[in-house]
Amino acid sequence: MSRAAQRDIQPRSGLAGLRERLGDEGFAFGLRIILILGIGVFLSASTQGQSFLSTANILNVLRQASLIFLLASGLTLVILAGGFDLSVASNLTLSACLAAGVMKATGSPLLGAAVALGCSTFAGLCNGMAVTLLRLPPFLATYGTLWILQGLAFHYMGGNEIFGFPPAFRLLGTGFVLGIPVPVYLMALVLALGTVVTRHLNIGQEIYAIGANPVAARLSGIPVRRRQLAVYTASGLMAGVAALVYLARVNSADSGIGEPLLLPAIAAILIGGTSLFGGVGSVLGTVAGSVILALVINGMNLLNVKSTWQPLVVGVVLLVAVLADLLSRGRRERIG
Amino acid sequence: MNAPGAVTRRPRLLPSIVPITAVLAIAAALAVPGFTSGPNLSNVGQQAAMLLMLSMPMTLVIMSEGLDLSAGALLSLCGVVLAKVLVAGAGLPLALLASMGIGLVLGLLNGVLVSVLTLPPFVVTLGTLGIAQGAALVVTDGNAVTGIGPQAASFYALAPLGVPVSLLIALATWGLTHVLLYHTRFGNSVFAIGGHRDALVLAGVRVHLYHIAIYALMGLVVGVTALLLTGRMNSGHPTVAIGMEFDAIAAVVLGGTAFERGDGRLYGTVFGVATIGIVRNALNLMGIESSMQVVSIGVLVIVVIFLDSSRKQKGRAA
Repeated sequence: MSRAAQRDIQPRSGLAGLRERLGDEGFAFGLRIILILGIGVFLSASTQGQSFLSTANILNVLRQASLIFLLASGLTLVILAGGFDLSVASNLTLSACLAAGVMKATGSPLLGAAVALGCSTFAGLCNGMAVTLLRLPPFLATYGTLWILQGLAFHYMGGNEIFGFPPAFRLLGTGFVLGIPVPVYLMALVLALGTVVTRHLNIGQEIYAIGANPVAARLSGIPVRRRQLAVYTASGLMAGVAALVYLARVNSADSGIGEPLLLPAIAAILIGGTSLFGGVGSVLGTVAGSVILALVINGMNLLNVKSTWQPLVVGVVLLVAVLADLLSRGRRERIG
Repeated sequence: MNAPGAVTRRPRLLPSIVPITAVLAIAAALAVPGFTSGPNLSNVGQQAAMLLMLSMPMTLVIMSEGLDLSAGALLSLCGVVLAKVLVAGAGLPLALLASMGIGLVLGLLNGVLVSVLTLPPFVVTLGTLGIAQGAALVVTDGNAVTGIGPQAASFYALAPLGVPVSLLIALATWGLTHVLLYHTRFGNSVFAIGGHRDALVLAGVRVHLYHIAIYALMGLVVGVTALLLTGRMNSGHPTVAIGMEFDAIAAVVLGGTAFERGDGRLYGTVFGVATIGIVRNALNLMGIESSMQVVSIGVLVIVVIFLDSSRKQKGRAA
């Protein structure tokens, strides 16, 4: 209301004017595209354009991004609804291990996938119940499930590794259709689904409303707890999907498979402009964030930075992203 | 119902953890052979010492509506730094100073980000978790730091009056935290930050100072704990303490400290530590591996939270 009033009084020029023409979301997405191009130009310059700009490498970056995105997509919904899910990565670990074990035992990829998805969805449902029924703070409840799921995965694997899966299953992670990796199609599919749900269905609007102000949402008749239960379950389901794709890609499962993915997934969401404070952000933003993170990781590999630096860099990126979220929130509040 | 505006005081319930600790201790003594033997009990105490140290400042962090997920990774980093300094030929005091220095720096970073920039603690400390874990890997190249000489191990083996030095340091940390929390202005502000931070700001209290001090204290204590860790292992390892913050957070939550309203008691955390020490040791003796111990602790936490919340609701209804 006050922004509309401002707009009538004084037409803006420069960045602020561009921001008004595009809207907050479009402007933010534009900034992210520029960031992606910037990193791309930097990487192609510092690798003399050879290894970075090859088709194989670009597709590799996209495949890496799609993996981060699949894990982060459900979590994006949770954060939009004002919650949090720290357990996504260990959920991925457990369902990847279970899928691997079942596939080895029965030789049936379908059965393995069903067990993995069932388990991860159930874990998500448990998170939802801990938050809605036990009324635990989301980060505390999901921190507990993080270690419970991780413990179960350790127990199930007993320190062993399971590797070598049927070629039909491996297509999910390594296959190409029309020259584009299968996971990228999955990313597009989930993006489309996520966008339809958040933008065009009532439940999506309700998720934003709950994240923006849970009390107001409850008073306006939104079934807050059922919606929260739904987003945590969706987060669990997507962790299972990501587990299958990741397993198909790396062709081996151990009890540490998911842990390195937690910080990148959260960082991707925050870089994508979804606010930790709920109610602001989009699934499309998370795609942009995932691509940026995949570029950073790919760039570190291309520039021969040792992999031991990765957690440090991702940790810094995460903190910078949180800061950026805070700064943009401040600006929104000042403007709005 | 009370008249509007009347000051109401919720009855001070004994934390559920007190009877639970007693029941578990008796059950372990009766059902687990070897639990009550002298060496085993001393072992329980020694294992609980590090947990007690981490849980003390963690109680203050959680009382102030915060969380520190980085404590385990930071402990690994401090241990690695301490070991590196020892390998370089310096004495134990200098190594301890270096370890405490690193702990203090990352604690201050957490505190500034949480208090001054008002960022959510769990994400801030997740970021510093990555930084600490990464720094530990970078410093060591992913390998264990060995050849640190006998200093740390012989310090850890000290037992004045027959009490292990680790337990003495842990008890001293408890005493110090108790004095800080219940007998200083800093302690008052810890409860108040968790209760109503904005009111404290409006009252003109230097909230940032106290709020940052909570996280700085956490970092400092982690730096000291690294000495015990290194002494016990006689080496430094970049990932050894990952997840140790889980036990500390579980002990605090078991002890009845709530994440809101600055609600909690320090002795509750001590019972939480005792419970976790007993459960882990008893499961060990029964041959149940560490991963399932974590699962059992997680389930125990959920049960206790459930008990606590239903008792509180009853208390409110009465």
